[in-house]
Amino acid sequence: MKTKKFLLILVVLLIMVLVAACAPAEEPPPPTQGEATQEEAAPAEEVSSAEEAAPAEEAAAGFTPGGVECIAPANPGGGWDWTCRSVGQTLSDVGLVDGTVKVTNMAGGGGGVAFANVVTQQNDNDNLLVAASPATTLRLAQGQYGEFTEDDVRWIGAVGADFAVITVAADSPYETLEDLITVLQEDPGSVNFGGGSAIGGQDHMKVMVLAQAAGIDPLTLKYTPFDGGGEAMTAMLGGFVDVFPGDVSEVLGQLEAGEIQVLATLTADPMGGMLEGVPTAKEQGYDAEWIVFRGFYGPGGMSDEAYNYWVNALGQMADSPEWEEQLQQGGLEKIVRLGPEFEPFVSTQITNFRQLSRDLGLIE
Amino acid sequence: MEILNFLFEGFAIALTPFNIAMALAGCFIGTAVGMLPGIGPVNGIVVLIPLTFALGLPPESSIIMFAGIYYGSQYGNSISAILLNVPGTSAAVMTAMEGNAMTKKGRAGPALAMSAIASFFGGTVSIVALMLFAPALSKWAIRFGPAEYFALMVFAFSTLSSLSGKNLIKGLLATMMGLMLATVGLDPVSAVDRYTFGQLKLLDGLDFVVVVIGFFAINEILRYAENIHDQEVFTKLGRVMITAKEFAMSFWTMVRGAAIGFFVGVLPGAGGTIASFVAWTTEQRLVDRQGTFGTGDIRGVAAPEAANNASANGAMIPLLTLGVPGSETTAVMLGALLGMNITPGPLFIANNPTVFWGLIASMYVGNVLLLILNLPLVGIFVRILKVPGWFLMPAVVAVSFVAVYSVNNSPFDILLMAAFGIMGYLLYKTEFPLASVILGLVLGPLMENNLRRAMSLSDGDWTYLFSSPIAIGLWIAAIASLFLPLIIKRFGAASEISKEEVN
Repeated sequence: MKTKKFLLILVVLLIMVLVAACAPAEEPPPPTQGEATQEEAAPAEEVSSAEEAAPAEEAAAGFTPGGVECIAPANPGGGWDWTCRSVGQTLSDVGLVDGTVKVTNMAGGGGGVAFANVVTQQNDNDNLLVAASPATTLRLAQGQYGEFTEDDVRWIGAVGADFAVITVAADSPYETLEDLITVLQEDPGSVNFGGGSAIGGQDHMKVMVLAQAAGIDPLTLKYTPFDGGGEAMTAMLGGFVDVFPGDVSEVLGQLEAGEIQVLATLTADPMGGMLEGVPTAKEQGYDAEWIVFRGFYGPGGMSDEAYNYWVNALGQMADSPEWEEQLQQGGLEKIVRLGPEFEPFVSTQITNFRQLSRDLGLIE
Repeated sequence: MEILNFLFEGFAIALTPFNIAMALAGCFIGTAVGMLPGIGPVNGIVVLIPLTFALGLPPESSIIMFAGIYYGSQYGNSISAILLNVPGTSAAVMTAMEGNAMTKKGRAGPALAMSAIASFFGGTVSIVALMLFAPALSKWAIRFGPAEYFALMVFAFSTLSSLSGKNLIKGLLATMMGLMLATVGLDPVSAVDRYTFGQLKLLDGLDFVVVVIGFFAINEILRYAENIHDQEVFTKLGRVMITAKEFAMSFWTMVRGAAIGFFVGVLPGAGGTIASFVAWTTEQRLVDRQGTFGTGDIRGVAAPEAANNASANGAMIPLLTLGVPGSETTAVMLGALLGMNITPGPLFIANNPTVFWGLIASMYVGNVLLLILNLPLVGIFVRILKVPGWFLMPAVVAVSFVAVYSVNNSPFDILLMAAFGIMGYLLYKTEFPLASVILGLVLGPLMENNLRRAMSLSDGDWTYLFSSPIAIGLWIAAIASLFLPLIIKRFGAASEISKEEVN
């Protein structure tokens, strides 16, 4: 009897260890039998798109992906995590990657931990993608990744984008961007901006870029950081802050309910959908743009064959209907910048951010 | 009764065999991940999201399962806390303190049973509240700005002395240590790094999980190693169920715990740790006549368990009606909902009645399932104590190492955990209350950030902190809780005053 109990507990403990081993937020779990067949069935239906994918493999002869990993440099639930999971899933759905793409969450230092890990420990891993966004380039520009720079990695491409919007509560005295700017020009300290990132972070930069475009000294703005866009928006709904410079994907629910209004989108062209009819900042006379691209970098030592393969693969994936669907679900727009086009895009962006941060007195 | 109609429709959805199976799966996974130190519901849900998409599950079934994982984990996290003094999350720290004291007295069974019953009670009461008041409470959550959060933190700190045991100075010092540890990492306002010693991995500050596991699991094995030649400590199993008297004694404790947990849970960012802590200290002040709290009083298990379950349900309100996730777990659930083309927000309930009411009904079902799942298991779980310590303790530590590593895939976290284990052991030996350190660590950033936000928004005007009725109410509660124990002692008229404070 005693041994039986002991065995039972041993089994329980073993299960505990097993669950622990599988639980890191990495990949679709080792499914049970019934689930496995269904999961595999999904890519099988995409034979046609898998065939279309064949040229990519020819174009990048000499590299076949295997054991592909995508690092999301943050905890589950944010934009980087979404980038890895949705792109990983689409890549395997359209047959550009055999099997699944393993997603690893490596949070820390605003992406700095993952960056350092890639540069120092996985520099020649051909099967590694790391999710990136302007949060990455902004921190690189401000030197927040320690000794590492943008030249230590290879910039593969962007496949989608979120956009910045300037929002106020529904009952706000500001009805147009013009109203807000007028008040700011008279007394910049009288408007409370509240965003989801620290001083010098993305949400703060958005309003500073806007202020610069309107000829207002960005350093006179009053910005209060909150823990994430959601909390900043809640504070705006509660009347504690006046303006929340968020991203489209963050404000959809409240926008739909009419609790908030969007004064301007910081985009090149007016947007459709729920933001139909909202003018861009540019249309209102202020040349400010903020594109939250969703893309990837790879290790600096990635071979040219692998790099070309990933550039092609992301391009093909971005053209697939599956990706359109992912973008729509995530509330994003399609913006594709790949390889030779993406590298100058990133370096220009970083140069701009660096200059801006310097002008703003955030770095020396 | 419109609500009843909706609720019946909800039950029609929740009681389909498929959705019952989903709820059961969620509850089971939740209990398992909650039980394991270091791994929480967020890991369980993240792993399952791609699966729900791949299988094309309807949104209501997916959210029923995710919610099951979330509240199921609140049942699970007390088990290792009570039996092994290893809380799986910081929300179970109070349960570990009180419940493990009961285990050491040979009363592990009643502690586990009470934890399951209190969890059920807290869960069920809070679903009723969620169902009736969800839209109204989202308005209440919005009224909480930086000044109100700051006052709430002051209130929480004002009750800290209850945790200090005999030596108030050591209690205060322990809290200070927690606050100091809380300053490690990027300064949240200006993004300047503090006390990181150039170590990138410290930029985000110390992970609660790493500290909690170090303080409790590693500390526990060091203590075990110290007594390795002594007699087995954990052999008495004793009674498994609680008595009617114990239930009656804990009834109002559970009611208050559920209420506190629910309201704290509704506030984005506050969460289970604060809920369980405030519930415990409130009870300690109200009902602890003989000074038995902290030494294995069953009400000290009932209060935090009712509270942390209620707070998990309360957290669904900002998630669903504001689209604002209050915790990592709800952030992941938000992502999953958006992926299913459902936008949480003020129109969520009106636009997705099947999802909302199906979820509510499934939560009733899920809590019943969890009670049925957990009560009989008490008898099995207590037998873990029969496992020889030389096997059990290393196994616990091995699981802790795997868990801590898996959270960030970082060997550095393991070293940090070991360092905190040694620190925890030294603090334990010198009789500093570990729970106070943890609470300093949890409350510190919230208090600092909100104070600085308040100062930033008001251009440094201190009166801003007292500018709303909610804030003033919390300040009064804080002052009352500091002086109430003195007054009670002086007049000995405890019961009248305690009733006032409840209201």
